[in-house]
Amino acid sequence: MSDEYENKSGYQAQSSEALTGSAGSTPDMDYVRPAELPEQDLYHGHTFLTKWVFCQDAKVIGVQYFLTAVFTGIVGLILSWLMRLQLGFPGLAGFITAEHYYQFVTMHGMIMVVYFLTALFLGGFGNYLIPLMVGARDMVFPYVNMLSFWMFFVAVAILMASFFVPGGPTGAGWTLYPPQTILEGTPGSGMGILLMLISLALFVIGFTMGGLNYMITVLQARTRGMTLMRMPLTVWGIFTATVLAMLAFPALLVSAIMMTLDKVIGTSFFMPTILKAGEVLEYGGGSPILFQHLFWFFGHPEVYIVALPAFGIVSDLISVHARKNIFGYRMMVWAIVGIGALSFFVWAHHMYVSGMNPWFGFFFATTTLIIAVPTAMKVYNWILTLWRGNIRINTVMLWCLGFIVTFVNGGITGIFLGNVSVDVPLSDTYFVVAHFHMVMGIAPVMVIMGAVYHWFPLITGRLLNETLGKWHFWATFLGAYSIYFPMHYLGFIGVPRRYYEMYDSPYMTSAVGMNEFISLAAFLVGAAQFILIFNIIKTLKTGKPAPKNPWKANSLEWHTSTQPPEHGNFGERLPVVHRWPYDFSVPGAKDDFIPQTTPPSEVVHTKVEKT
Amino acid sequence: MHAGIIFFLVILGSILFHIFTPWYWTDIASNWKGMDDTITLTFWVGGGVFVAVCLFMIYCVFKYSYKEDRKAEYKPEDKKLEKILTVATTLGVAALLAPGLIIWNQYVNVPKNSIEIDVMAWQWGWQYRLPGNDGKLGTTKVVNINDDNPFGINLDDPYGRDDVMVQSDIINLENNRPVKILLRSVDVLHNWYVPQFRAKMDAVPGVVTYYWFEPNKVGEYEVLCAEYCGVGHYAMRGGVEVQDPNSYQEWLGEQETFSDLLAKQNKEIETKKVAKNNSNIEKVIYKEEK
Repeated sequence: MSDEYENKSGYQAQSSEALTGSAGSTPDMDYVRPAELPEQDLYHGHTFLTKWVFCQDAKVIGVQYFLTAVFTGIVGLILSWLMRLQLGFPGLAGFITAEHYYQFVTMHGMIMVVYFLTALFLGGFGNYLIPLMVGARDMVFPYVNMLSFWMFFVAVAILMASFFVPGGPTGAGWTLYPPQTILEGTPGSGMGILLMLISLALFVIGFTMGGLNYMITVLQARTRGMTLMRMPLTVWGIFTATVLAMLAFPALLVSAIMMTLDKVIGTSFFMPTILKAGEVLEYGGGSPILFQHLFWFFGHPEVYIVALPAFGIVSDLISVHARKNIFGYRMMVWAIVGIGALSFFVWAHHMYVSGMNPWFGFFFATTTLIIAVPTAMKVYNWILTLWRGNIRINTVMLWCLGFIVTFVNGGITGIFLGNVSVDVPLSDTYFVVAHFHMVMGIAPVMVIMGAVYHWFPLITGRLLNETLGKWHFWATFLGAYSIYFPMHYLGFIGVPRRYYEMYDSPYMTSAVGMNEFISLAAFLVGAAQFILIFNIIKTLKTGKPAPKNPWKANSLEWHTSTQPPEHGNFGERLPVVHRWPYDFSVPGAKDDFIPQTTPPSEVVHTKVEKT
Repeated sequence: MHAGIIFFLVILGSILFHIFTPWYWTDIASNWKGMDDTITLTFWVGGGVFVAVCLFMIYCVFKYSYKEDRKAEYKPEDKKLEKILTVATTLGVAALLAPGLIIWNQYVNVPKNSIEIDVMAWQWGWQYRLPGNDGKLGTTKVVNINDDNPFGINLDDPYGRDDVMVQSDIINLENNRPVKILLRSVDVLHNWYVPQFRAKMDAVPGVVTYYWFEPNKVGEYEVLCAEYCGVGHYAMRGGVEVQDPNSYQEWLGEQETFSDLLAKQNKEIETKKVAKNNSNIEKVIYKEEK
């Protein structure tokens, strides 16, 4: 798909430099509308502090976001090890009391969903890739972008500080359901929960600064010729996720503020009359279910805030490494947008058995299953992209294939849980734990890993070791699959989640062996991540330098003036875009790829399809 | 090439695991067989899609692995194929949704002949209340709860006097008689869940929630709290004993009613308590209006 051939006499073609000598073409066929705005002035830092710490370059901010998020991810991983230690081998580690266990559960969940996945996809990949992929020199508000990261950094610092306050971090479950969250009887109901709420509020504020940047950069700062329907799906995914986040996070912010007020000054937003240890507390008239509505109005779009960037990135990776155009690009774009819009109408499927009016169940089951249709279309398009492709089975592609398997698996179990009456026996059991780890834990992590192997040469100029990469993949994929696939069956038995120990019921004793197995697999998967860390260190020290555009990709980030790209990204002149990023294996073309910057006059004999 | 083989073994292993798993749901002991059937249906349809998608992916890995001299197909869109897939998926999803909604309709409509049971939860325990001869439960209030009135029954409610109080975490049920579980909590969220009955619902402080089922298998079952309720959550267990009608009536006859309890207390003290309770109520109402 490339430019429309419009014969607009009276306009001087803007990118006719490369034309001289092209046989049988007129300068008009390469016409691209002139830029509407002058280029932005960039602030170039000169000191260490302005270049690497309080840096305004989106690429450095992206890396800062990435590393901070990975740090929280490692904390989350260690917490999961401790949990699995207790679940697989109860009593073996005597220091894990029930209080500790619930604190691990809570912090693991919150860290992984918000501080790891969200920050990594939007803050990390969003910052690094959006300006490069749309052909901008930087984000539109670099200073606010820098503030966004440091706000996130403070939020992480406060979150981590809660491990060290009296009473420890909150142990309320990552959903923070009142009233127990702020009452004694839940670990960390004093300082712990306050720090959590403050940290979340700062995260939302920081994210809003970044999110404005991502949205406005995509809408306003695309280079000449980069129409919306020529953007890589990565950008579509991150852009739509950002719009969702801007609409969803306020619900989290207000509920955090309201709960803080309930806790600190004794308001009763979420607190009904409560009898505690024989005493009637000074609360009355509040609604715990109101909190759940607010929380899931944020919480469900949050799932797609993580999933949509993953969808986008994996589409690009599959297309590049299958040497084939993404199948049904327009369908993919509309599926991303449609899923994003629908995700605001499904939140109460987390609340079928919450005690809300049961008649809501009909509505939310229907909307939830409707969302399965565009999601399924995306899956079909991924595998149809592989079909009749020319697939490189390298590390990046393995992660993509692993993503397809785990995502389809987790998506199917989502149909169980979304279908209101099927949810009744399964909700609050390990089936739910298995489902959401498969679909929004493992699947997005597969994409993150694929993206790391894919873009590492762009960011550092060196190629990661393939052999180590494959070991890393198989250990992670097989290990994670053997954690979560059998875990569904614990849910069928009826084993409830968030149980510190569970083995005195006769039908649950059968799960002992299974739990030991799952724990061992979890230790393995966690340890396997050190292969990646080793690979990165080794590559940075002795790895082989990557050639320019090592994967032969079409999108703009590989066509910068230098690799890794410098501040300002594209050297003297911004690139001019003539086509979508998926012109792979076009009949008649010399190479099996045609970069987005290639003007039609250079490839006149090819059978490029027009948009 | 070996990548395709490993992926194939993963899919094959998943199918075999599903067929031979010793871990599967417990024998059902209530009327909600429809839930199990819908799960089975979803397994066939969803599992079929999962296996088909993965096998197609593995086929592509085998068939279209990179070769220097091969060129991938160039075909950005195929409107017809996309349309067929959309329609087929929509139909499949609708086929799964329909039975789900039908059973949900049964779940929210409680049969008229069901017996109401008040399940009261707190951190961390359960107790139960059954209607007396009038067949109606008396109204309650959290602020009424004290040692002499463990369920917080409103003393001026005539229906409350004959209520049967089961101050134990074990409740007996009559076999083949629908029960409507009325859930309330005095502090935080809880959930009264018996895996064999399949059904569950949260107990929410401040409101009364409900669900129903019809036990159809005599026996003893364990009750689990299924909504996280603080550090004692995992230990918040109870019990249910489903009995045939005769043994159930016998058990019921042995239970204490609210008026029995009141009668036990000295008459004078009782009057004082009532006065105190009433003034408590007034205080609270005043506070709420403020």
